[in-house]
Amino acid sequence: MKFSGSRTYVATEDLMVAVNAAVALERPLLVKGEPGTGKTVLAQEVAEALGKPLFSWHIKSTTKAQHGLYEYDAVARLRDGQLGEARVHDIANYIKPGRLWQAFDSEAQAVLLIDEIDKADIEFPNDLLLELDRMEFYVYELQKTVKARHRPVVFITSNNEKELPDAFLRRCFFHYIRFPDRETMRRIVAVHYPQIQENLVREAMNVFYELRDVPGLKKRPSTSELLDWLKLLMVEDIPIEALRSKDSTKAIPPLYGALLKSEQDVHLFERLAFMARRERGGH
Amino acid sequence: MFVNFFLELRQAGLPVSLKEYLTLMEAMKQDLAERQVDHFYYLSRSALVKDERHLDRFDRVFGHVFKGLEYIEDDGTVAIPEEWLKKLAEKFLTEDEKKMIQSLGGWDKLMETLKKRLEEQKGRHQGGSKWIGTAGTSPFGAYGYNPEGVRIGQDGSRNRRAVKVWDKREFKNLDGDVEIGTRNIKVALRRLRRFAREGAATELDLPDTIRSTAKNAGWLDLKMVPERHNAVKVLLCLDVGGSMDDHVRVCEELFSAARAEFKHLEYFYFHNCPYERLWQDNRRRHAKMLPTWQVLHTYPADYKLIFVGDATMSPYEIAVPGGSVEHWNEEAGQVWLHRMLAIYHRAIWLNPEPQERWEYTQSVRMVRQIMGGRMYPLTLQGLDDGMRELSR
Repeated sequence: MKFSGSRTYVATEDLMVAVNAAVALERPLLVKGEPGTGKTVLAQEVAEALGKPLFSWHIKSTTKAQHGLYEYDAVARLRDGQLGEARVHDIANYIKPGRLWQAFDSEAQAVLLIDEIDKADIEFPNDLLLELDRMEFYVYELQKTVKARHRPVVFITSNNEKELPDAFLRRCFFHYIRFPDRETMRRIVAVHYPQIQENLVREAMNVFYELRDVPGLKKRPSTSELLDWLKLLMVEDIPIEALRSKDSTKAIPPLYGALLKSEQDVHLFERLAFMARRERGGH
Repeated sequence: MFVNFFLELRQAGLPVSLKEYLTLMEAMKQDLAERQVDHFYYLSRSALVKDERHLDRFDRVFGHVFKGLEYIEDDGTVAIPEEWLKKLAEKFLTEDEKKMIQSLGGWDKLMETLKKRLEEQKGRHQGGSKWIGTAGTSPFGAYGYNPEGVRIGQDGSRNRRAVKVWDKREFKNLDGDVEIGTRNIKVALRRLRRFAREGAATELDLPDTIRSTAKNAGWLDLKMVPERHNAVKVLLCLDVGGSMDDHVRVCEELFSAARAEFKHLEYFYFHNCPYERLWQDNRRRHAKMLPTWQVLHTYPADYKLIFVGDATMSPYEIAVPGGSVEHWNEEAGQVWLHRMLAIYHRAIWLNPEPQERWEYTQSVRMVRQIMGGRMYPLTLQGLDDGMRELSR
């Protein structure tokens, strides 16, 4: 079965090829791209489209590779031992399977999402090399090897905060999600808000892409911000004329808080708007 | 055909390995590309490229191999800036000659010919003679195209874009003792410190001790961890002399701060652009030169490379062999820069010039492009960003 986007997710052709290659060859797919371009959602959509269970493992700065395999709750065992509980004799009672183990144990082939792998320690990807390559690992406490019933489809996302080791990269397919062009963006908006007015989208996209072109923004608004903003515009019933900054004196788009997330960016934008207004007033 | 593609990719400096090539072959065997060129392109891209920085280079090689297009060399440095030629001609043409040119077909025509001539000369000088001066056959010789110290764009240009300055400069040895006012720079540099745990076990690891004692069901089990020490290694390359004179003070501050921060710090000097030789002692620079190859072979790839320089020079100093203002360099500056970057992946360029001015200087744009955009201003924010890039 092939992935070709879904009702709620617009996949470009290169993304489809990459996903299908990774699925067919059972190799992890590393997805990078600007924040808000749908990296995390991709795994969810693929799982849904292919009808496979999804296991998400969200990485934090303190996450260790071991956490994905299993954790041994030694403290609970110590307490139980002092209380004289019977279950203390079986060490298996204190082994808690992690996300990787759960995905390996899944009845049907699973989709495993390792989200924001770059958040973790620099050694983290290296510690997972063998596990992701062979899809098995050894549980020392139980003296047994856990092997995947079906090799899961692995998606890994990265925000580029750290570089990943070469040995790790060599085992992955890689896809960089480009920022969508207008045509793709129109399709993305259409799958999210089928009811939306055509001209509202057009005006909003003009404002949006203009805003993205403002030099020096700290965080440029991306797809998810555009979608949020459109939703707000619809809910608040903002007239389309308000978006046409060219003829109105208000150069700042309404509800800009959904698009600009940092105070500095708002300041910068206000200043630019002020200057643009003054220029127009002067002529 | 595919082997060829693979080899070309490697030649273009993409870090593709046999493993990735075999993956691609496996995918081809399963017919994942469905015999479509587009799909094959996407497939090979996601199998062979692992970093978005390399995507563009990959595209160029792909186009070259599979469409028979010519491989386009990096950055547009081959093109000679129009303004240069204008200046050159203006300077050395008398009014009469200008009139003569008009009769010969006007400025544009002349520019065209001059451009061609310069390109030819660039090719010829590889034979051993310098492109300025030996052009005895050049029709432009008559216009006084002078071998000695031609400076183009010198007048009316703040950017000191001298093509050839033959005079030797006085170089000051950068002083490592300037400590005042360096406090804030230190703060940024400290980012570079990555406390790697190495060496013998010497400290008590309390969390691990508790954990393993619990695991032992209450029997004390002591755990030790290695002592922390700074394992960051840095190669610092400083530009001295020439247009950097204004910035020597800023560099001195950075330098003295850096010296205190790293255990492994090696510093080298260059002038404008690194070539086949670097030096460590500025006072004796002409006597004690180190071949750059030796530096590259001595320090392993885990060193982080920091250039400090304003990157303001004539584009020839980067782009063409023989472009250096001080000596005859067999290979162009960009060849050496690429070589250094191929070894040291963690590299940044710190530029003391204000960032707003970068766009106006061609050589800064070129260096920035070679560095893959990793050029940062010599401000706290810039240092902070640079250090973050280095410690990624």
